[in-house]
Amino acid sequence: MAANTLGSVMVVGGGIAGIQTALDLADSGYYVYLVEKSAAIGGVMAQLDKTFPTNDCAM
Amino acid sequence: MSEVKKVDGVEGDFTVTVKKSPRYIDMDKCIACGLCAEKCPKKVDSEFNMGLDKRKAAYILYGQAVPLKYAIDGENCIYLQKGKCGACEKYCPTGAVNFKDAAEEVQIKVGSLILSPGFKPFDPTVFDTYDYAHIPDVVTSLEYERLLSASGPCMGHLVRPSDHSEPKKIAWMQCVGSRGFNKCDNGFCSSVCCMYAIKQALVTAEHTTGDVSQTVYYMDIRSHGKDFEKYYVDAEKKGVKFLRARPHTLIPGTDGKGVKLRWVDDQSQEHYEEYDMLVLSVGLEAPKDARVLAEALDIKLDRYKFAETGSFAPVTSSRPGVYVAGCFQSPKDIPQSVTEASSAAASAAIALSSARGSLTKEKTYPPEIDVTSAEPKIGVFVCSCGINIAGVIKVDEVVEYAKTLPGVVFVENNLFTCSSDTQVMIAEKIKEHGLNRIVIAACTPRTHEPLFKDTLREAGINEYLIEMANIRNQNSWVHAKEPEKATEKAKDQVRIAVAKAALLCPLEHISVNVVQKALVVGGGLSGMIAALGIADMGYETVLLEKSNSLGGNAMKLIKTWKGEEIKPQVQAVIDKTQSHPRIKVYKNATLKSAVGSVGNFVSEVEANGETLAIQYGVGVVATGGSELKPAEYLYGHDKKVKTHQEFDALLESNDASVKNAESVVFIQCVGSREPGRPYCSRVCCTHSMESAIALKKMNPDMNVFIFNRDIRTYGLREDLYTEARKLGVIFVRYEVEAKPTVALDGGALYVTGMDHILRRPLKIKADYLVLASAIVPNQTKELVELYKCSVGAEGFLTEAHPKLRPVDMSVDGLFLAGLCHYPKPIDEAVAQAQAAVSRAGVILSKSVMPLDSIKSAVTDKCDGCALCVDTCPYNAISLEVYEDGGKEHKRIATDKALCKGCGICMATCPKRGVNVAGFTMDQISAQIDTALAGF
Repeated sequence: MAANTLGSVMVVGGGIAGIQTALDLADSGYYVYLVEKSAAIGGVMAQLDKTFPTNDCAM
Repeated sequence: MSEVKKVDGVEGDFTVTVKKSPRYIDMDKCIACGLCAEKCPKKVDSEFNMGLDKRKAAYILYGQAVPLKYAIDGENCIYLQKGKCGACEKYCPTGAVNFKDAAEEVQIKVGSLILSPGFKPFDPTVFDTYDYAHIPDVVTSLEYERLLSASGPCMGHLVRPSDHSEPKKIAWMQCVGSRGFNKCDNGFCSSVCCMYAIKQALVTAEHTTGDVSQTVYYMDIRSHGKDFEKYYVDAEKKGVKFLRARPHTLIPGTDGKGVKLRWVDDQSQEHYEEYDMLVLSVGLEAPKDARVLAEALDIKLDRYKFAETGSFAPVTSSRPGVYVAGCFQSPKDIPQSVTEASSAAASAAIALSSARGSLTKEKTYPPEIDVTSAEPKIGVFVCSCGINIAGVIKVDEVVEYAKTLPGVVFVENNLFTCSSDTQVMIAEKIKEHGLNRIVIAACTPRTHEPLFKDTLREAGINEYLIEMANIRNQNSWVHAKEPEKATEKAKDQVRIAVAKAALLCPLEHISVNVVQKALVVGGGLSGMIAALGIADMGYETVLLEKSNSLGGNAMKLIKTWKGEEIKPQVQAVIDKTQSHPRIKVYKNATLKSAVGSVGNFVSEVEANGETLAIQYGVGVVATGGSELKPAEYLYGHDKKVKTHQEFDALLESNDASVKNAESVVFIQCVGSREPGRPYCSRVCCTHSMESAIALKKMNPDMNVFIFNRDIRTYGLREDLYTEARKLGVIFVRYEVEAKPTVALDGGALYVTGMDHILRRPLKIKADYLVLASAIVPNQTKELVELYKCSVGAEGFLTEAHPKLRPVDMSVDGLFLAGLCHYPKPIDEAVAQAQAAVSRAGVILSKSVMPLDSIKSAVTDKCDGCALCVDTCPYNAISLEVYEDGGKEHKRIATDKALCKGCGICMATCPKRGVNVAGFTMDQISAQIDTALAGF
């Protein structure tokens, strides 16, 4: 562990997991860098039509 | 458009080298008008639609993309490749195109890294006998997902690729690229394909006209998640056919349309079947560049190239300060990914707690324009929700109708009213037209009202000046077969919402001071991990345990499925919990009362005969579950019949009777997947596999049988199933209608079942019979009544949203972890407990927390009769004495933090002496009057 700890986190990958991580950290007082390879975040969940078992719209 | 190249430094102080690829569009200038894409002459396969249609070289990934900014695909752009064209640059109205944009490397300093790069869908072209590459109507599940989607290439009206006709007979083929070494070296189960195939089969009926036939070819159906088994049973009831077979060959159908499938049944009988379309349920592999990423980050991968983690630190990679979440950790579904995401957030937050808040600042909004006395100028936004609404309701008719309503000055239809581009647009329309009341005709306010409220604040008006008409859940979804009536109902709903909107008033912002302390109920592994995490973040924590020892079920288990010893690890957690300076443990403790709400709860706790009061801002419920004591298979009548936990105790004690046993039989699904308990207990298949392997390793000559309905060793646990088969464990399948029978004969125990291959009865003498019995939740009736939280039919506590809020409870400020939520193994329980830590940390990190303004308040008509004091279910109302004209009077007062705005007080009051802000009697009357206007 470094002597001088930084209050920032980098999240690599902007799918549903990356987005949730980033939101939790930002909401609790950390500066977040979200790094995404493609031109938009959302990942595979954004490509899904509906989700089981509630048939909610994935978008 | 960035990638991590290198990470230097140590936990707490990393320097990350990130390569930013050129976008060729200036994000600050782009207004997402789409002209660049319209004018771009170069067509490219759309990756978002899995290559089923084309996008341009100037593109956005999808309509609701975040950020909603175009990009130019340098590899396909004609100008960038050949130096000619430049149409986008010419037509861009804001001069956002910048062909000189170049890749750059930047260095960013962070304290931790969290890796969530996702997965790669398996490419089925390696299976030559499936001929996916050449049969157009054979698609992958992700392609099928896009074909179903309203934003996909056929706008949600399913057609097959060969001739664009609507398929009537569709098959799904499971485990393509999973559970196999022959062509793909993917020995693992991808965990999600059974469920997504069932979902696709079910929703196909909504995307097609007329009758449709759906068949799923599978090896084992793995519906091991919460409410998944019911979904599977429901699909069967709705006519989806399930056939246990692994088809070996696919050949093109007649005239190259459709597909013929060859498969062999249990009796070696070959079958041919023709389908209009076939979906390959492709597995989830580690991301394509997993190795590159692992090298850049210097972390270890497992044999399948997923990140290596341990069961007691399920999101911690091999490098300190680097965490993983989602499918990169192992294949998993959305709730599990979201849980791990919060778990990773907690792990990073704990490590960096000394620097919390050092680099962030609060979000600010523009000053609020006071519209209290302004004439209503109502804006109505009607959502299509893809085809969810527009597929049934004629939204243009609803739009035209809304324009005729009193007070309405602006109406518009959106494909997705909730998308972020629409939020920007709504805010613009509010400013442009001076809108001061907003009606959103879309889905339930539970899902998106907070988003729309934020949009209103961004636009400078009070966020309570909004009313939603739920024309999806309460209309298009339930009246799908009566589109005309549904359209009429939607108009009624919009008219009713507009009537209320006209009377909406801005509400005052209120807040509570957060008690920065936590209460954890339950001292099993989940409870302890939650308490430790919260305490390590720096907050005082009280842990209640009803028994006289910590550890719970975990102390009865031997090894995790990954082979780690459990008891020493749990003991270390117990020691750490008991000695933590910020954790106060109460054993023999019960929760007696709970009042208050998020940020400020007060409870009375009885511990060792004493009563004490505890004040806390958040609570974590981890009350656990237990192994069901079976009522069948001679359990309790013969001591050779054991449950898993009982048999584990024998295994651990090196009992000679186990070592020398000639034959041990396991029966799966004892008490699970039956009408009384219609859920899968998730852990029992893996547990039986571990025990069976231990027995075979102890004595290879022992006969070990596992009677099962489906083997559900999901994820990388599948390796255990493979190993058990290699070691000679014999698997016998049974149907729930024909369970094996157990009988005693002269003191010997016999298990009789039907062998599914031989089709002959099989009678096995068993030295031990191990029953893989269900996991049942511990009693939470009192807790549910105290907190007024929701609980499912089977007694498991309910989460706020099954996908997106898997650890939040229905009551704000309460979180859940472990077996009280659903049966789960240790690694998942730890992840969920850590996720609860993160979610709790979001609240605890603030000393003041804003509250919802929908609260009851006394009016001048109150005469202090106190009828409402008794009916309030939250004990939020009390009587107060005040003086007026020299006389003493009584009236009620509401505790704003306790009040949930339910309105029971208002309904009880005979004198209009109390009103709920945002739901006043006048507003409700206006809604009823307009609803009944036509009658």
